[in-house]
Amino acid sequence: MQNTQIPEYAIETKNIFIFYGAFPAVSEVNLKIEKQKITAIIGPSGCGKSTLLRAFNRMNDFVPSSYLTGKILLHGQNLYGKNIDPVEVRRKIGMVFQKPNPFPKSIYENISWGAKINGFKGNMDELVEQSLRDAALWGEVKDKLKKSAYELSGGQQQRLCIARAIAIQPDIILMDEPASALDPISTLRIEELMQELKKNYTIIIVTHNMQQAARVSDYTAMMMLEKDGSRSGTVIEYSETKRIFTNPKDRRTEDYVTGRFG
Amino acid sequence: MLRKTFETEIQQIKDDVLMLGSMVEQSLLDSVEALKKRDIKASERISQFDGEINKKRFEIETQLMILIATQQPMAHDLRLLASSMEIISELERMGDYAKGIAKINIRMGDQPLLKPLIDIPRMAQKGADMLHRSLTSFVNEDIETAKQLPMEDDEIDALYNQIYRELMTFVIQDPTNIERANWLLWVAHNLERFADRVTNICERTVFIATGEMTEIKSTNDDFWKNQ
Repeated sequence: MQNTQIPEYAIETKNIFIFYGAFPAVSEVNLKIEKQKITAIIGPSGCGKSTLLRAFNRMNDFVPSSYLTGKILLHGQNLYGKNIDPVEVRRKIGMVFQKPNPFPKSIYENISWGAKINGFKGNMDELVEQSLRDAALWGEVKDKLKKSAYELSGGQQQRLCIARAIAIQPDIILMDEPASALDPISTLRIEELMQELKKNYTIIIVTHNMQQAARVSDYTAMMMLEKDGSRSGTVIEYSETKRIFTNPKDRRTEDYVTGRFG
Repeated sequence: MLRKTFETEIQQIKDDVLMLGSMVEQSLLDSVEALKKRDIKASERISQFDGEINKKRFEIETQLMILIATQQPMAHDLRLLASSMEIISELERMGDYAKGIAKINIRMGDQPLLKPLIDIPRMAQKGADMLHRSLTSFVNEDIETAKQLPMEDDEIDALYNQIYRELMTFVIQDPTNIERANWLLWVAHNLERFADRVTNICERTVFIATGEMTEIKSTNDDFWKNQ
């Protein structure tokens, strides 16, 4: 008997190409991202990892010459469909960047601001506390919520940005090298936090740090330029992380994860 | 090619595993030769030499730990280093079998052998030869040989069977032979176990090359059932 159960994915790309002007920076990507798992996107510089990540919440819209063909489906709905509001997409799919980028406001306002403009009507104090707790920051900041976010350390600022992202209760959190500007201890805190967050959220992370991908993720997508001299990247292998790092199928993945690519 | 230093270190591990293997191989052949000649001095040397084998094993183990900690090996490299850890532990135990044979010779004191040794040296020769080829296939990642070698274990089992029956005949003829027969039976048992461990080495080689962890069965695994 065939297994007729259809797996439900958090988000799915269908044959997407992402163009900058005339040339595709990313070609033919078909990914099914599992719910409440951490999916890592790895690959050498310039292969389109961040471009792909930014496509998930339409951040590439800000690049004037950029456009996408194909579909990205969230709950069966194409995020690039005609009547879709990109702001709404970004509310559902939050993002954390390489360098922490808190607003020049108080810690409290950093959390409350996004919720407020999204029409949050509940108890704001509770929301701020819960978001900071979920981001494993509450204990460190509960006595200085009115202080400027800039007074926090880099690692704390990054957790504040995560708290800000989860305050609007997205379905998916995108992370673009979230720990590359942090020291090892702060990095481990973020990684531990990710394990907590995946109980409620789906996480997609771009990282240059392969050990980080190996440590934190459940699935790994390996990206690479399609061929030598090509300027377009694609996913060459997508599988369980344990498989990618112990016995990858593609020779190029093997070369990359064993450090022989370059 | 990136990671030239790491490549060199991996090659060094392979060389060291081969070195350990040849120490064990020599020790096994010497132990049976000493028994055959009833050379107790030689057996004492072999018994002491086991300390060198153990030392070498720990050296390689330490080196493997350092490489794993500092180089973060992945995929094929990881399988190779993790499997090397297994293989050196197999080799160390195989060295113990050689030492065990040396100890038997020492404990036999001035008693003569129950019978001239014919099949026991054959078993030792065959076992040492299998070990040698298993390590060559490990270094070259020669899956064909690694899969085929365990089949040759049948020969070892057949010899063991033969020795067992022969020694039983001696015991039945004259029960006072029991102690001397028992010593030789233990020698044969050690040789049989020795060859079994070659199969484990071969399984690791297949794993390194393919990533598949499979048990390779020789055709005649049911030795005891046939008795």
